[in-house]
Amino acid sequence: MFDKYSPLEDKMVQVMDNEGNIINPDLMPDLSDEQIVKAYKDMLFERTADLMTVSYQRQGRIYTYPPNYGQEAIHIASAFVIEEDDWVVPAFREMGIYLAKGATLKEIFLYFMGYEDGTVFKNAKNILPISVPIASQLPHATGVGYALKYKGQKQAVFAYVGDGGTSEGDFHEALNFAGVWKVPVVFTVQNNQYAISTRKENQTASINYAVKAIAYGIKGIKVDGNDFFAMFSVVKQARDLAANQYEPVLIEAVTYRKGAHTTSDDPSKYRDQEEEKQWDRSDPLRRLKTYLIKKGLWSDEQEEKLVSEYKKQVDRIFTEAENYGPYQLEDVFKYMYADMPEDLKQQMLEHQRFLRWKQEFFKTQKQAINN
Amino acid sequence: MKVMNLVNAINNALDIKLAEDKNVIVYGEDVGKEGGVFRVTEGLQKKYGKERVFDSPLAESAIVGTAVGMAIAGLRPVVEMQFSGFVYPAFNQIISHAARFRNRTRGRYTTPIVIRMPYGGGINALEHHSESMEALFGHIPGVKVVIPSTPHDAKGLLISAIESDDTVIYMEPKRIYRAIKQEVPEEKFSIPLGKAKILQKGDDLTIVTYGALVREVQKAAVMAKKQGITVEIIDLRTIYPIDRETIRESVRKTGRIMTVAESPRSFSVASEITQIVIEEAFLYLEAPPRRVAGFDTIVPLPKGEYHYLITPEKILYEILNLVNY
Ligand SMILES: Cc1ncc(C[n+]2csc(CCOP(=O)(O)OP(=O)(O)O)c2C)c(N)n1
Repeated sequence: MFDKYSPLEDKMVQVMDNEGNIINPDLMPDLSDEQIVKAYKDMLFERTADLMTVSYQRQGRIYTYPPNYGQEAIHIASAFVIEEDDWVVPAFREMGIYLAKGATLKEIFLYFMGYEDGTVFKNAKNILPISVPIASQLPHATGVGYALKYKGQKQAVFAYVGDGGTSEGDFHEALNFAGVWKVPVVFTVQNNQYAISTRKENQTASINYAVKAIAYGIKGIKVDGNDFFAMFSVVKQARDLAANQYEPVLIEAVTYRKGAHTTSDDPSKYRDQEEEKQWDRSDPLRRLKTYLIKKGLWSDEQEEKLVSEYKKQVDRIFTEAENYGPYQLEDVFKYMYADMPEDLKQQMLEHQRFLRWKQEFFKTQKQAINN
Repeated sequence: MKVMNLVNAINNALDIKLAEDKNVIVYGEDVGKEGGVFRVTEGLQKKYGKERVFDSPLAESAIVGTAVGMAIAGLRPVVEMQFSGFVYPAFNQIISHAARFRNRTRGRYTTPIVIRMPYGGGINALEHHSESMEALFGHIPGVKVVIPSTPHDAKGLLISAIESDDTVIYMEPKRIYRAIKQEVPEEKFSIPLGKAKILQKGDDLTIVTYGALVREVQKAAVMAKKQGITVEIIDLRTIYPIDRETIRESVRKTGRIMTVAESPRSFSVASEITQIVIEEAFLYLEAPPRRVAGFDTIVPLPKGEYHYLITPEKILYEILNLVNY
C-alpha cells in the first residue's frame, strides 16, 4: 500500500466514496457488520458529545474549547486499531481516541472547566495529557518509542499533530530522530485544512503533508480521513509496520475542521460558507451512515433514538462534572516538586495568613460601615 | 483625540509606522486576514498588502530567526508571538542572535526587531496561556523589554520600540486589552523607553508595578487611603533598561518599597527592584522591601486561578504589613 500510494505522486487512499459505495474493495478492512455499526455509534457519540460541549461553552459553563467536529472518523478508526498497551501522545483535538483509551468524558469536561485533574486520564492506560504547545509532544512520542524498543516490547506509539504543527521544528526533529532510531511510532497529521485561519498555501510549499516523511527516511501516506474504512486500513498497516518492524510512519489524514478553531474563534472571518458546504458532502458520519443504511444495518429511526439517549447520557456526565469539588489552595502547590521546597511552603502559609486576615478585616469593615 | 482601548492603540501605532516607514513589516501566526487572534493587526493587511502584513507558517523560531535576517538587511520587522507562552521555541534566536548581533559584529549588524506578545493571567485561559515571564527577558543582555499599562502608553511605547535600533520585547497585558479605554491622540507621538511614570504621588510607601497589575494597585491605593495611608505608584513601563532614578527618588521620599507583579516571585523583576532600592536608598528605608508577586508555581487552570491572581485586597494587606512593620 505504501508503495502504491506514494505521497510524491500525491496519491490518497480511499475506500468509500461520498455516497457510501465501496470503490476500492482490495483495501476494505476485514470488519464484521457489528464492528462497523459499533464504529458508527462511537463516531455518533463523539459528535454528539462534542456539539453539546460547544453549546455548554456558549452557555458559559465551560471555558475555551477546541471542537472535534468533522474529524471523528480519524479518531474512531485509530481507536479501533490502537491496542490496550499502545501509547497515545495527544495534541488536543482527538476526543474519540482519549475516550477509547479509557479517558472519561467527565475528565474531558473537567479539563475545559479549568481543572488540571481533567487531563490526567487516570484510568486510561498509556496515554499522555493533552498538549497545547503545538508539536512539542512529538519528540516525546519518539522517546516513548525508543523506550518500548529498548525494553523489547512490541507496542506502538500513536502521536497526533495538526497540519499547522508540521511547520514547527519539533515536528521535523521528532521525525528525524524516529527515522534514525527506527522506533515504533505512528505520527498522524490531522490535516483539517486550517491552522486557526492559516491555510496550506501559507503553511507549506510541499505537495502534501505526508511527503515530509520521505526526507526523514520513513514511510509516509496520505489518506482520506473522512473515510472510516480507508483510515482504518492505513492505521492498521502503519501499526503493523511500527510495532513489528520498528518502522515509523507518518500518516496525513485529510479532513475538514467543520467547527471553529476554538470557541473563541470566528471562522467567518477567513472562510466562506460555500467551502463549508463543499466539505459537508464528504462528512465522515454521513458517509458511513449512507453505507450502513444501504446495507440495511442502520436507520434514521435508530439514529434518532440513539442520539437522544446519548444526549441524556452526556448531560448527566456534564452535571456530574459541574458538581466536582472546589480547587484547593494546596493543589496549586503540592504537585510542583517531589518534595516541596521550603520557600514554596512559606508562600502557601503566607497566603493562608492573608486569607484569614481578609475574612477578619472585611468583617469589621462591613460592621464599621453598617454602624 | 480618539477613545481607544489597548488593542486599538497598538493597532494605531502599527498603522502609523507602516504608513510612514516602508521598511516596517508585520507578520506572525494568523496576523494577516484574521488580524490576529486578539484582532490587534485587524485591517492592516488590507491596507498595506500581503507583502508587508502576512501570516507566517506556525513556527516561532523561524518567525524570530527570519526577523533577525530581515533586520540585518535593513527592514524593521514587527513580529507577533500568538501568546507569550509560545515564544520558547524562539528563545534560541532571541538569546543567541537577536540579542548578540550588535555586540559580536562590533556594531556592524543590528537587529531592530519588535517581538510583540500578549501575556499574563486572569482570562480563564487554557494551559500555557496565563504566564508572566518578563523576568526571563529582562535577564537577557542585549534586548529591551517594554510593558504598557494603558492605551496611551501602549501607542507611544510601541512607536518608540519600532524606532529603536535594538530588539524590543513588547509584552501586552491581555487581561486589560479591552478593559481600559481612554482618549489617545490620533497623530504620532512617542514615549521614551526606559522611563517610568509616577501615576500618583504619596508619602507612606512606593509601589512599583506594571502591566495589568497597575489597575489592581490603584484600587488597593484607594482602600489604603481610607486607612490613612497614601501610596506613591510608579508604573515601570520599561522592564529593561530599568528607570533607577524614578525609583530612587520616590523611595528616598517614602522610605518604603513594594513591587507588585504577577510573575513567580523568585528571580523576578521585583527582586531586581528590591536590590536597586537597597543600593540606592538603603539608609532611607523604614522597612524591608516587599515583593508581592505570583507563587513560584505554574499558573493554575481557571478553577484554581483565583488562588494565584493578586487582588487589591492582597495588596492592601501587604501595604498594611509594610506600613506597620
Ligand atoms: C507553539 C505554539 N504556537 C502557537 C500556538 C497557538 N495555537 C494554538 S492552536 C494553533 C493552530 C494549530 O493548527 P494545527 O496544527 O493545524 O491544528 P488544529 O488546531 O487545526 O487542530 C495555534 C497557532 C500554540 N498552541 N503553540
